[in-house]
Amino acid sequence: MREAATLNSIPATLPAAAPVVDAIIRAERIEKYYAQPSQNRIQVISATDLSIVPGEIVALLGPSGSGKSTMLRMLSGLSTPTSGRVYWHERPIVDAEINVSIVFQSFALFPWLTVLENVEAPLQARGIAAGERLDRSMKMLDTVGLDGFEAAYPKELSGGMKQRVGFARALVVEPEVLFMDEPFSALDVLTAENLRSELLELWANKTMPTKAVFLVTHNIEEAVLLADRIIVLGKNPGHIRTDFKVQLAQPRDRKSEPFTQLVDYIYKVLTKPDVTPAEAPDQQAGPKIRDQRQMHYQMLPHARPGGIAGLLELLLDKGGRDDIYRLADDLSFEIDDLLPIVDAAQLLGYLTVEEGDAAITASGTEFANSEILRQKELFRDAAVAHVLLLRQIRRALEAKSDHTVPDEFFLDMLDEQFSEEECQHQIETAVNWGRYAELFDYDAGHRRFVLPDAQDDEIAPSEDSK
Amino acid sequence: MKIEHTLARPPVADRTWPFLVDTTVILCGLAFFFSMIQLGTYWMARPMPAVVISLSVRALPLYAFYSVARIAIAYLLSLIFAVSYGYIAAYNPRVEAWMIAVLDILQSIPVLSFLPGVMLAMMALIPGHQLGIEMGSILLIFTGQVWNMAFSFYSSLKSIPREMIEATRVYRFSAWQRFWQLEMPFAAIGLIWNSIVSVAGGWFFLIVCEMFAFKGTSFRLPGLGSYLQTAAGAGNLRALLWGLFVLVLIIVATDQLIWRPLIAWSDKFKFEQTESATRVTSPILTLLQRPSALTRLPARVWGSIEEGVYRRLAKSRECRVIQPIDDDAAKGSRLFPILLGAFAALVILWGLSQAILIVHGVTWADIRLLLLCAGATWLRVNTAIVLAALWTIPVGVSIGSNPRLAHYLQPITQVVASVPATALFPVLMLGLIRIGGGLGFGSIALMLMGTQWYILFNVIAGAMAIPSDLKEAAAVYRFTRWQRWTRLILPGIFPYLVTGMITASGGAWNASIVSEYFHIGDQTLQTLGLGAQISAASDSGNFSTLLLATVLMATMVVTMNRLVWRRLYRLAETRYKLEG
Repeated sequence: MREAATLNSIPATLPAAAPVVDAIIRAERIEKYYAQPSQNRIQVISATDLSIVPGEIVALLGPSGSGKSTMLRMLSGLSTPTSGRVYWHERPIVDAEINVSIVFQSFALFPWLTVLENVEAPLQARGIAAGERLDRSMKMLDTVGLDGFEAAYPKELSGGMKQRVGFARALVVEPEVLFMDEPFSALDVLTAENLRSELLELWANKTMPTKAVFLVTHNIEEAVLLADRIIVLGKNPGHIRTDFKVQLAQPRDRKSEPFTQLVDYIYKVLTKPDVTPAEAPDQQAGPKIRDQRQMHYQMLPHARPGGIAGLLELLLDKGGRDDIYRLADDLSFEIDDLLPIVDAAQLLGYLTVEEGDAAITASGTEFANSEILRQKELFRDAAVAHVLLLRQIRRALEAKSDHTVPDEFFLDMLDEQFSEEECQHQIETAVNWGRYAELFDYDAGHRRFVLPDAQDDEIAPSEDSK
Repeated sequence: MKIEHTLARPPVADRTWPFLVDTTVILCGLAFFFSMIQLGTYWMARPMPAVVISLSVRALPLYAFYSVARIAIAYLLSLIFAVSYGYIAAYNPRVEAWMIAVLDILQSIPVLSFLPGVMLAMMALIPGHQLGIEMGSILLIFTGQVWNMAFSFYSSLKSIPREMIEATRVYRFSAWQRFWQLEMPFAAIGLIWNSIVSVAGGWFFLIVCEMFAFKGTSFRLPGLGSYLQTAAGAGNLRALLWGLFVLVLIIVATDQLIWRPLIAWSDKFKFEQTESATRVTSPILTLLQRPSALTRLPARVWGSIEEGVYRRLAKSRECRVIQPIDDDAAKGSRLFPILLGAFAALVILWGLSQAILIVHGVTWADIRLLLLCAGATWLRVNTAIVLAALWTIPVGVSIGSNPRLAHYLQPITQVVASVPATALFPVLMLGLIRIGGGLGFGSIALMLMGTQWYILFNVIAGAMAIPSDLKEAAAVYRFTRWQRWTRLILPGIFPYLVTGMITASGGAWNASIVSEYFHIGDQTLQTLGLGAQISAASDSGNFSTLLLATVLMATMVVTMNRLVWRRLYRLAETRYKLEG
């Protein structure tokens, strides 16, 4: 992993703020003040330059109160900057016939109009004839997966469906720039994920004629998942803290290291408002890295689940955070013996290590506080989620009809990466963890992995046969 | 199976109802046309200063028609005015505060105190013509109806969610489209409920307006109100009861044929994210919503007109360039409010100079008498409200806590509450004269008649709104009767009680004008009170007393509202609001 990260030498941050010739929307030193009743004016956004160019999804991140929504409204022409100018294809936006749409957080659908009427309304405003209006709207409803819902009223639909109507209404006018104001934050996690990937698909397939997307969000992962360029705003008053390009290839894997590094980086920028942000981390470009990653096994630290539980309990007693060297001291462990346990806990997402301190995470706390059966369950979930080898063994067992797989199968894959000796160690540790988690069992006699339930079935007939 | 089914329900049966509906609608249209002609010929007729009111039952339908026409015209005017007023106030920050202040004051002034003044002005405007009195009565009904509607529309516009407005801006809706697709639907429910209240109030004023005395002459307009008053004057109980019967019939019919279908229809304008379980249903609406040639044709015609409008509007600047939202404050022209202010100042100056001329001859004794009268009426109004609250709270709570009872009684109380108290006055007067009671206390009974329903109605609604888990909690913790009332019921109904009492107070002040001074036959019943002073002054043409008494009453009501009711209402809104 780490080698892969340093292999790539393409700089991740390009000077995004540099003047772009063919910007669709260009803001020039825009500022926004809000008048107070007491004659005072509060500056919401300090003088800012920003442009939206064709072909990119821009995500605007920032803490609440940093003027994200105000920025979106100024760029879309809904709000006039107190000073500075916004240009639409180099013409002042106040006079230009601009073609943009906004997808709102609250959907902003008209509850008294049917789904079809809601989608038709913007076309009606443009004076498009009834027949064409109907055709375009129906086609768009089809595209967003609302075929057959045209006569329904929004209140009869679920949140996700409502936002689909919101997207249909936004896209039916074929906007040049699509603005989105926290479009997924009123939805549950799964629905949001689903809509995000569908949006990306529409964008990638050029199903929508939209040239650029401008997304306001407070969700860092969402921004890294979708955006080609991320702008982070600071507050008091709102200003751009960092503006960089994301060069990870689509579709992006949340678990990949470049992804998490980027998320961490943005998180650091957001949580340290007084520090000038460092350069964004290098990101390996292209699907090549992704392929590598697919083959890439984490090196399983040689730690037993019981040791991990013990460490976490100790850490919890110490208030959830302690220096690793002091921990080793307390346990009269050699540091080299403790580190695999720390690494394992870190791999499973139970603790994080920062500057020599181990800090327990929420899931780690839950694990340490649970009784033994529950601990096994939690361990199983974490193991499947975080450890590729365990996941692969389990999947292979489930896929095979007799629910057994010889260990050679995995040794062959592992030896592309590890020494022969290390491969054996990896299998040992995997068996150890898998048994504890009741993910699978290991039949040492036949040197094969077995599904726990399948083994019972197998043993019965074999005993009969004896 | 299938054949049996078709035999059991021949396709003709499906057509029967819509056909009947269609015929009814066509007949209604014809009836409407001819009634308009009838109304026009009557209004444009030569002056008829002394209209003779026939007490024959056969004359009732025509009288009822005239009254309904007055109410309808006044209501339509109110609707148009309310919508325009609310719209201008909501979208012009420069005049907004002024317009709302004016609204607030006009809303709380007892309209009946202006009856003589308005009538005189209109008769002067169109001298010697029935139309003058007619316009005067419509104007008065209008003044009684319009303010709450305007306020409702205004506050609806102000509470439209920001993102909805932004959506109309970014999708470049014209003002026309925004009005029909956002503003009007959003305000519809509030407007409908306020219309119901307004029309009920309209009947109250209409009954009085149709017959009033000025300088010894009795002015009459043919209608239900004059019929009732004449019948009472002649002591004709049979005619009186017939008149009341027709009035109640009209009110029930309005409720069933107009308001209920409207409420059921407006359900789709509820601004809610999920569908609610309880809905008002109306068989009339279901009938009307059946697709038939008659409902499809207007939709078609309207549709093609609308298409043209939208196509034309699409070329306007509004539909080509996104209109920024925060610009509204700066955009409004400065000239308009200045002109408006100048005009208002001129009117006020002129009014003041006239008033000074009129009040010139008033002595201290007159003023002392007026103040005494004001005190008497104030006591009467508040006694009536306290009495009304005393009986309506226990009764209303017991009805409201029994869902089954409430289900049957609520629509009935709603209709009873819309029967104008002024229509019942003549009946009560006859009773009072029979038992020989004076107007001093009699007028309290009259005010009670007119106002108790508002309180009852609201208390029932309040008791129904107390969440059942709170009631269960009170039962589980074995609250004593005293605890239950002081900890749960009274705080629970408080906001509703205050709303009811505010309405009742306004009604009682209005009622004082007609209840403290009464012509019955040749007799004139009178008691000490501000209302009696106003009525007597217009009867004798005493302008100075009329003006002073009217101004005094308006000031008292506005002051009471500011000092007492407004504070109680705020308390109710902040402390005693039960939020879901």
